[in-house]
Order: sequence, then structure tokens, then C-alpha cells
Amino acid sequence: MSDFSAHRRIIDTVLRLAKSTVADETEVHVEEISGALTRFANNAIHQNVAEHGLTVSIRTVADGRTARATTNRIDQDSLRATIETSLTLARSQPKNPRLLPLPGRQRYRRVNRFIKRTAELTPEDRARAVRRTCDLAVKNGQVAAGIFSSGQNQMVMGNSRGLFAGYRETHAEFSITMQEGAAASWAKANSANVRDFDPPKLAARASEKAHLACNARELAPGRYTVILEPAAVLDLVGFLFYDFSATALEDKRSCLNDRMDTQLLGKNISISDNVYHPLQLGAPFDGEGIPRQRVLLVDRGVPKNLVYARSTAKRAGKKPTGHGFALPTEYGEAPMNLVFSGGESSLEKMIASTDRGLLVTRLWYIREVDPYEKVMTGMTRDGLFLVENGRVTSAIRNFRFNQSLIEMLRNVELLGPAVRATGEEAFEMVVPAMKVRNFHFSEVTKF
Amino acid sequence: MWDLSTHAIDTAQLRGASYADVRVMHIRQRDLTTKNGQVGTLAQSESIGLGIRVLANGAWGFASTDRLTREGVAACGAQAVSIAKASALAKRGDVVLAAEDAYIDSWQSPFRKDPFEIPLETQLDLLLAADAAMRKIKGVTLSETGMQFRKIDSWFASSIGSRIHQRKIISGCGIAATSFQDEEIQKRSYPNSFGGQYALQGYELVESLELLKHAPRIAEEAAAVHSAAQCPEKTGTVVLGASQLGLQIHESIGHPIELDRVLGQEANFAGTSFLTLDKLNKLRYASDIVNVVADARLDHGPGLGTFAYDDEGVPAQCTDIIKDGQFRGYLSNRETAHLVGLQRSSGTMRTESWNRLPIIRMTNISLLPGNWSFDDLIADTDDAILMETNRSWSIDDRRYQFQFSTEIGWEIKGGKKGRMLKNPSYSGITTDFWNSCDAICKFDEWTLWGTPNCGKGQPMQTMGTGHGASPARFRNVRIGAAFSNQ
Repeated sequence: MSDFSAHRRIIDTVLRLAKSTVADETEVHVEEISGALTRFANNAIHQNVAEHGLTVSIRTVADGRTARATTNRIDQDSLRATIETSLTLARSQPKNPRLLPLPGRQRYRRVNRFIKRTAELTPEDRARAVRRTCDLAVKNGQVAAGIFSSGQNQMVMGNSRGLFAGYRETHAEFSITMQEGAAASWAKANSANVRDFDPPKLAARASEKAHLACNARELAPGRYTVILEPAAVLDLVGFLFYDFSATALEDKRSCLNDRMDTQLLGKNISISDNVYHPLQLGAPFDGEGIPRQRVLLVDRGVPKNLVYARSTAKRAGKKPTGHGFALPTEYGEAPMNLVFSGGESSLEKMIASTDRGLLVTRLWYIREVDPYEKVMTGMTRDGLFLVENGRVTSAIRNFRFNQSLIEMLRNVELLGPAVRATGEEAFEMVVPAMKVRNFHFSEVTKF
Repeated sequence: MWDLSTHAIDTAQLRGASYADVRVMHIRQRDLTTKNGQVGTLAQSESIGLGIRVLANGAWGFASTDRLTREGVAACGAQAVSIAKASALAKRGDVVLAAEDAYIDSWQSPFRKDPFEIPLETQLDLLLAADAAMRKIKGVTLSETGMQFRKIDSWFASSIGSRIHQRKIISGCGIAATSFQDEEIQKRSYPNSFGGQYALQGYELVESLELLKHAPRIAEEAAAVHSAAQCPEKTGTVVLGASQLGLQIHESIGHPIELDRVLGQEANFAGTSFLTLDKLNKLRYASDIVNVVADARLDHGPGLGTFAYDDEGVPAQCTDIIKDGQFRGYLSNRETAHLVGLQRSSGTMRTESWNRLPIIRMTNISLLPGNWSFDDLIADTDDAILMETNRSWSIDDRRYQFQFSTEIGWEIKGGKKGRMLKNPSYSGITTDFWNSCDAICKFDEWTLWGTPNCGKGQPMQTMGTGHGASPARFRNVRIGAAFSNQ
């Protein structure tokens, strides 16, 4: 993996080459990725991969027009050709009266999300951890499948007005599904630091729940009190992120149109976007190099603020919040580091306080049915349990839900502490477990 | 490219690989979009690199690099072998590959107009004109258009002696009008939702779609559907438009027949399948008028699942999946073919890029045409709902229970297409649904739809798949559950 100075040299080369073209302004992104992923199923490793790649993405501005070209070839001829491609693309369109000049130099808050131990993880380290979890599965008469991945990313950007920003992070992830006959359960963790999670502990949790998930019985669909584990909460509320984009409101495709500053959600729901939260990952700057700000999006159930790229901020008379995507784009901006304020309840307390309800491990294949009422459909997966009189009593066949997120976030009775959650439908966020009344299950499947 | 590929393979074999295959890929892509009369995305990219997959100590390893020098690819080959040896620390048996011949070949997908040679101004002018035509309609609050073009060169080499070069040109195009009124968002898309139609064709695909002719129609429908009646909740007959049926095939036939899912290899992520091995040649998957094939050959059409060889060096094939309603075949690769009694892979290993491992993928999974004209099918239907253009889709992780909603619907009463309906949806259990099919339209109504965004694998890979379909009728289907509130 290169260091910042090597990437800076690429940026300087592009900016120098662009000076001899008709480009008025130039912006360069350099991203380098090095990652590896060990995948296992049927209690053995069946796929085991590693990748390395570096891309250089160049945006030129000429005569009020802009466009982007990207390459992974870094010799001077290729960089020169990529600049020319960007200019050719830019010239092909009408002038854009909304196009802003590139931003100048910025100041960034330092974040440290590069953990040497994670970067140094070897295929043998991952294989040994996988072997231990597969041995546990065999011992318990179960079948394990999952991944153990690790890697590092570095992104550096600069522009012809002197802006320069750099960020690097490591990432590690362990995910496991334990299957016992027709039953299954699941556990997953993700962090910059591989020492933040313990694969055998996650495997043991999945194994125990897979055993509990055996002999699932069918319940009638309907409205139930649910206890959603953090992964289930994440994969649902993750679908709200783009609704807080100022561009989404301009386009009238946000569920917040005509609903800002109203008591839309329950008073126990507050949401921020905060890349600096200790459980978050991500760069402290956006696609144009603007420093990310912490933004209070929902205050005690009332949507208060949106996030703004530079152009939408100018139109709205606001300050940019540092959430813009790399230009050119029609999508504007989005909060990518949602943090829900949590509560003090635990899963155990939620179960103990429930006369009749369902404990949901995770959700699957979630899609938007109604974009304004934010009705989502999807399935429960890998462990759905009936709670009766304060205890888990049996496994239940999986349900399909059709549930408005707005209604759901009005019906939250208890919140756990907010944790870094990871699922499969949304990017990682900091969310709590939730106990929710009147959650709508519409149909049941066969397992 | 062959020198680099051979050097990577040689290095891997010297380090102990018993088998190695290499893909060098050069991928060029152009993306153009407009929104509300302004150019949105305007970007072009290229990516070139090498990926090597090896067997060593009976286990797999894969590594990739963008350092296309002799030193770079040798290091990559050596890395793949060391990863394979690590895999062997947690193996339960040695990988065995079905026999395959070596091929030396070069193939290019046919096209009439290279989209990268069409002036950008021509492409943007068309999109901006379609965008303007939609915005002229009162009630449209958001107009969006887009084109995407890809040119993919791949050089496949293997230690059994194959050397295969393939060049594919892929084009995609679509438009959409959205209307926000009275606390409701409605959208209409053409020719399909989520980006439009995609095919293994050149710019002639875009020209054939006649965007300017259809832009006002879908814009008017987007505005009008607000005042349409709500689709009722009931059990009844549905007639599905061809593009919606294409996605139904993708989700409820294409994914369950992937043998890696059946064998549990996707259990942690994409899920497994209800089509356990005991069901092959025994399960009545569908009614006896239903015939489904997995066909990667160009004879089937220029689909996103069309190629000459898969990414494991196996020639394109046509496999019966459902024959007269009976379940007949899976999608397999060289590693899994013997598990279903095959001597040879069905040729479905595909990779998104040089830095991804090939995995079992849909090719063109198509419902073969029936013998109904669309007009006759409507005339023959007393009471049904016609549903067109997907809006949302979801199915469980074993592919039994699904729910789809579409952008628009129409009542069919007494053999005639009647009033417009909003928020149509239907749901069911896969085999119950396919067994309720009692009419399929003929080839005149059949389109090979492209699904450009199928996600699978870890790290996630996005792949294009093809789905031939014509409108079809299904009985006793649950309708309207997505919008019920009981």
C-alpha cells in the first residue's frame, strides 16, 4: 500500500498535465484498495481471495461545464488521455449555470481509523479462525458458513485551487451462519480493529441461536410487538438515509417533503449524522473535499435539518454540511454516518417486559413499497422467536412484513444502547435494539 | 496479454498449483444521465487488471492485481498459491473439476453501432429531449433519463491450454417520470424500471427504443395514476407484463437453480434454495405449459447472459430448467457438475471484473413463448388485473415466498382492458404460483429483458442477466397484500 506522499505525487502530476490543456480547473481523486476475504461453507473454506487496485479519477471544468473520467493506469500517457477524456465529455454538454468554482484549501478534523494489526492480518490468521468456528459447528452437529475479511483503503484528493485531503482506514469483518437441519441463525461484526470482535464468540452465539431456531412453528400473520436486534433495526432504518438529502427534497422524492419541523416520529427518536462518532468509519470530508459536519437530523421525533452539498446549500441559503457526492452527480448528497440516540434497556429487559411478541434476529431482501409513507417489505431470517410472558418460548416460521418506517418509529416502546450494527441491506450505522408495537407481518413462508 | 497470463500461470504452477486460470480484463464504461433538464452524471471509466485462480493442496486461492508487469503478475500468481495453501488449513476434501477441453478462440458480440463512437452530443441531445418531453406534462415533478455503455475485453488462459479472447459491447437506456401529489409519490418508467433495458448490443438498442415517442405517455401515466383506484386486496387472476415476468423468473427460478446456493455456499449471504438435490427430475415446478431454459448462446438473443465461453473456459450452452412443468436442471460449474450427475459443467461461471472470482451466475434464464396473442389473452379473461413495470421486489432466502409490486395496473373485465389501478401488488409461494400459469403469449410479444444489477457473492459482485418473457396469466394469486394494513 502506498503512502499519502505517493498519492500526492499522482495528484500533482495530473494537475501539472492539466495546466497544458483547456481545463479551467481540475480535481483529482486517488483511491487505493487492498483487501482479502476468506469465505467458508459446509464447515470448510471454499473461496479465498485477495485484491489490490488503485484508481485515479479526474474531474475537469472548462467553460462552465464539467465531467469525470477514471482510470487505473497511472503512467503519464494514460493520465494525460484521461484528462482529455474528461474534457471531451465536458465539452459535449450545454453550460451548467449552477456549476460552482472548485473549493479552496480546507481544514479537517483528524480521525485515526488505521489499525496496524488489522492491516497485517494474513490468510493463515483468517484460516485458523475459520477452522476454529467450523470445528465448533462439527462438534455441535451444525453446518457453518460465513466470511472473515480484512483490508485497508486510502483515499486522497486534491484540486487546482490548492485543496488537499487524505484519509485511510482499515476494516475487518466476521459473519457467520450456523445451520442445524432446516434451522439457522447468524451473527456478524465489523470494525476498523480486528481485535474489537471475537470470531469464536460470534460463532458460539450463532450456534446457540441456531439450536433454539429448530422446530419452528407457524403463526398467523398480523400485527405483533417485535423486539428488533440492532442488525434488524439497521437494515430497516438504513433506508431512510437518502430522505435527509436536500436534493431529495428538491426532487420531491423524500418522505420528508412537507414534513420538516413536524412531530413525525416518536419523542424517543433522535438521529444525527456524525462521522466523528467513535463507532463510525469514513472520511472526514466529502466528494468535493468539504469537511463533514455533525448534523442533528431528527430531534426528539421532529425532522430538523438536512444535509447539503455546496450547490444545494447555495440554493437553500445554507452552509454546506460536507455530505456531497463526487461531482458530477444528480443525487447531490446524503448522510452516510447515521447515529441513533439509544436508550438504557437491554434485549433481556425487552424480552422480560413482553407478554406476547416476536424476537427478530435479522431481516432480509428489504425493498421500498411506498416511498412517501416509507412502507418497506422484506422477510425475517435466521432466527425468529416467540416471546410469551417475558421469555422466549419457541421458534417461529419466517414472516414477510409490510411496514411503514414512519409508523414504526412512532411505535418504539423501548430502546437499547446504540451500538455499531452491521447487516446486509444498509451500510453500517450506530443504532439501538428496539421494542416496537404493532409491527405488521402480512404473510408467512414455509420455513 | 497472453504473455502475462502465461507467466502468472507458470509462476503458480512452479509454486505448487495443480490447476490455474487467469482472466485479464479491460473494462470501459460510459454513464450519462439527466434530471429535470440538466445533465446529471457525465463520466467515463476504464479498468484493466489480472485475476488468477489456482488449486493448490486441493483448495482454492484467488488473487488479483492492476500491476500488469511480469513482476506484478508473478507476485499475484504466487500470492494466489499461498492463499490456496491457507485455504487447505480448513478443507474437508479436495476440489475435483469436471473434465473440459482446451479452446483457442476469439469472439466478439455482434453490434451495428459502437456506442463509444457515437458523438456524446447525439447521446445527450436525445436524453435531454426525452427529459423535456416528460417535463411538459402537468403533474410531473421529476424527470430522469440515462444511458450506460460498456465495452469489455477479456483474455482467459488456463493451465489446461485454453486461450480465449472475448469482446462484449453492452448498452442500456431508460427514462422515468415521477409525480408527487397529495402525499403520494408515483413513478412510471420506460422501457423498464431501474435503468431501462440492457442488452448485448450497440447503440442500435437505444435507437430501437424510440424514447421520444414514449416519454409523453409515461409522463401522463405518472400524473394520472394518482387519481386511479387503489388495487383491491383479494385472491384472483393476474396478467403480468413481460418485463415484470422477467424479474419474476429471475427471482423465483433463476436464483433457486444456482447450484452453489443449493449446496449451501451462499448460506451466509445470498441464501440457499428450496430446490434441494432430491427434487431434480421429480418436482412439478410449474404447469405443463411452462418451459424455461438457461441459454447463453447467441442463438437465444443478445442478452446480458450471452457469451461464447464462461469465465471458466466452458463453451456457452442451453440447459433445460423446466420442461413441460417438470424441474430438469441446475446452473453448474466444473466443481459442482458431478454432484448432479453431470459429466460436464453447464457453463455458468461468470465474473464482474478482473478483481473478482468467477461464481455460478444466471445466463439468460428465459420462459419460452406460448401460443397466445396478447389480444386473445385479454379477450379470454373475465376478471383480472394486468400489472406492468416493476416497482418493488422481495423474496425469502430460500426462494419460496415472494412479493412484487408494479408501477401501474389495469382492470380486465369481461375480456376488455378497463380502468387504471394504482399500487398493484401480488405475492405467493414460488411453485404454487408457477403451477397456476394457464396462458403464455407467443414470440411476437416476447422480449429478452436485461437485468443489469444482480448482486451475489462476497465480496459482492454485480452481474447482468437475461430473461426472455412474454405476458402470461396466473390464477388464484394473492393480490394487494403489500398495501393492506391488517
